[in-house]
Amino acid sequence: MMMRKLMVSVAAIVTAAPVMAQTEVEFWHAFTGRLGELVAEQVETFNASQSDYVVNATHKGNYSETLNAGIAAFRAGEQPDILMVFEVGTATMMAAEGAIKPVFEVMADAGAEFDADAFIGSVKGYYTTNDGDMLSLPFNSSTPVLWVNRDALSGAGIDPDVDLTTWEQVGDVLEALKVSGHECPLVTAWQSWVHLENLSAYHNVPFASQANGFGGLDTELMLNGDVQTKHIQTMGDWAKDGKFIYTGRRNEGGANFRGGECALFTESSAGYAGIKAEAAFDFDVRPLPYWSGVSGAPQNTIIGGASLWVMAGQPAVEYEGVAAFLNFLSSPEIQAKWHQDTGYLPITQAAADLTREQGFYEENPGTDIAVEQMTANAPTENSKGIRLGNFDQIRTIIDEELEAVWAGDKDAQAALDSAKQRGDELLRRFEQANR
Amino acid sequence: MEKRVTFKGIWLPLLLVLPQMLVTAVFFFYPAGQAIWQSLFIPDPFGLSMRYVGLGNFEYLLSNPYYRASFVTTAVFSILVTVLSMGVALYLAVLADRLIKGSGVYRTLLIWPYAVAPAVAGVLWLFMFNTRVGVVTWYLGVLGYDWNHVLNGEEAMGLVVVASAWGRISYNFLFFLAGLQAIPRSVIEAAAIDGARFWTRFRTIVWPLLSPTTFFLLVVNIVYAFFETFGVIHTITSGGPQQATTILVYKVYADGFVGQDLGSSAAQSVILLLIVGALTVLQFKYIERRVHY
Repeated sequence: MMMRKLMVSVAAIVTAAPVMAQTEVEFWHAFTGRLGELVAEQVETFNASQSDYVVNATHKGNYSETLNAGIAAFRAGEQPDILMVFEVGTATMMAAEGAIKPVFEVMADAGAEFDADAFIGSVKGYYTTNDGDMLSLPFNSSTPVLWVNRDALSGAGIDPDVDLTTWEQVGDVLEALKVSGHECPLVTAWQSWVHLENLSAYHNVPFASQANGFGGLDTELMLNGDVQTKHIQTMGDWAKDGKFIYTGRRNEGGANFRGGECALFTESSAGYAGIKAEAAFDFDVRPLPYWSGVSGAPQNTIIGGASLWVMAGQPAVEYEGVAAFLNFLSSPEIQAKWHQDTGYLPITQAAADLTREQGFYEENPGTDIAVEQMTANAPTENSKGIRLGNFDQIRTIIDEELEAVWAGDKDAQAALDSAKQRGDELLRRFEQANR
Repeated sequence: MEKRVTFKGIWLPLLLVLPQMLVTAVFFFYPAGQAIWQSLFIPDPFGLSMRYVGLGNFEYLLSNPYYRASFVTTAVFSILVTVLSMGVALYLAVLADRLIKGSGVYRTLLIWPYAVAPAVAGVLWLFMFNTRVGVVTWYLGVLGYDWNHVLNGEEAMGLVVVASAWGRISYNFLFFLAGLQAIPRSVIEAAAIDGARFWTRFRTIVWPLLSPTTFFLLVVNIVYAFFETFGVIHTITSGGPQQATTILVYKVYADGFVGQDLGSSAAQSVILLLIVGALTVLQFKYIERRVHY
């Protein structure tokens, strides 16, 4: 008996000692490498800035693995307080009403000051309900831009300042590159995100019905419209002529561009850190091109990246810590630094303004292009974002169908029609699972 | 002739079998039962609700032409992996069996690849065949062949087959070599004295006597190709290009762990379970008859 009491008190001391009176907040994220270090730095700064809460950041694998870990943990009752979920998982999280605690609620309960309107419209729109309630906190958001290898253009006898505003102009440059013997005129990353999802938003045409899925679960894909078909067909023709080189479904093409092999590269603005570090050539950033004949283009592009979801089922005191941490993350100083270090977008207007005041855009020309491209116009139904269930699998289907076009097995119309039909089946399944 | 040991009573044999039964129950019957149960529902990922759909998940899957195409892909893949890994292993084992000097070194070296995990093997092969920096790709380019498994389905299939078979060759080699060495020398020598050349000896004596080993490896390799090659596919092609390398087990992973569609994923596991069960029964029923123990 004596022995047991002793052991209990020893155990109590051992477990209590490092914690003291601080509340621990678990934060699971998907960042490694440089981004992982930057997240760790943010967490350390927060922990050092106050003494009530300690945030424990844990890396749980890539985006899919992190989402999985969060789901598995929730099923086991061991969920973290904060889970990082990529934009594709947004519909899954939104549908899981009992598993999440919306950010606006967390903030209200904790009595924290929180102004959802401080966030940039097209970033906020992706993660808010139709009533404007913010469900998750935008964390890392980027948007696709056109990266240009200026040396490759000069080498081919093209003026490196050539206008690349429209895809028609890009087509001429690709032709000139090809004629000069260039082997990799154009390469891309994240083909579905750049060349279908953003293409649709940028030209103000729907990607899916029901306001791209924001209006309800009974949404259907509309990615086989005229604008999309024309674009994919053109890309397919370029692939056949050796003007567009396909390197894979993710961002494999980044290595080709950074290595100096490719002249033009459509990739996220967050590619900045890597390109700046590795490129041994003169590069610059241009806005994503658009088709000049389409009325409504250029609208605005949409984001990719991740947001932070607060999981349900934690004690109230932990939610206060969560609120404090999320507020800290969205403060202008932290956001401005994150934006400048990574090339991700500043998620609040204040952070964008601060970055401008600090003179960052003047020192690093082109880094504000993504921000301008996102904020040039007020988002419409077609350019607020995309909210589809089973979106990860739908993207795989799109990847498969696009590969059929690049390989010359299908024409764009057939491939996109098939993508729509196959994707719609998955949307119906998601609707069934979440009715 | 056979030696039989008989136990008195029932308790001791039961006790001896118990640990194995427990392991099987916990790691096989329980999960398999769960999979069968889950395949009747469409659950939401978080386990907050489950909708009973009966055989709906199976209907959904089997009515999908892309899923049905995956059966063919799996069959092609499994046959190629099994034939390639067993064929090469047998060839190497026959050579190693005839070695007089340095056989230990050869054997050790040949067994090494087995220690490499499938995912790591996948990355290794991917590096050699990387369309941009791969050594093999470069040499092929010099020879005038433009290797691009990112868009060419047949090349992608070839690459995952070779990567999957490679590590397996070691395992098969080990068994074939043991099988070869268990064949009495006297039988082979007698045949040699009778004037049978190597190939005749192999066909009429070695191959039949090796058949139990071959049969065992056939079963084991097919199960391997069905279930354990996931890591290779995941690292090299992720099932692409288009659906050229989407084998059944990879789809289970993609739908269940990436897509969070647990109902469909469970139904696919059940289908896989049935296929492998049926294959094993078939093998024991028809092929085992031709095996000489």
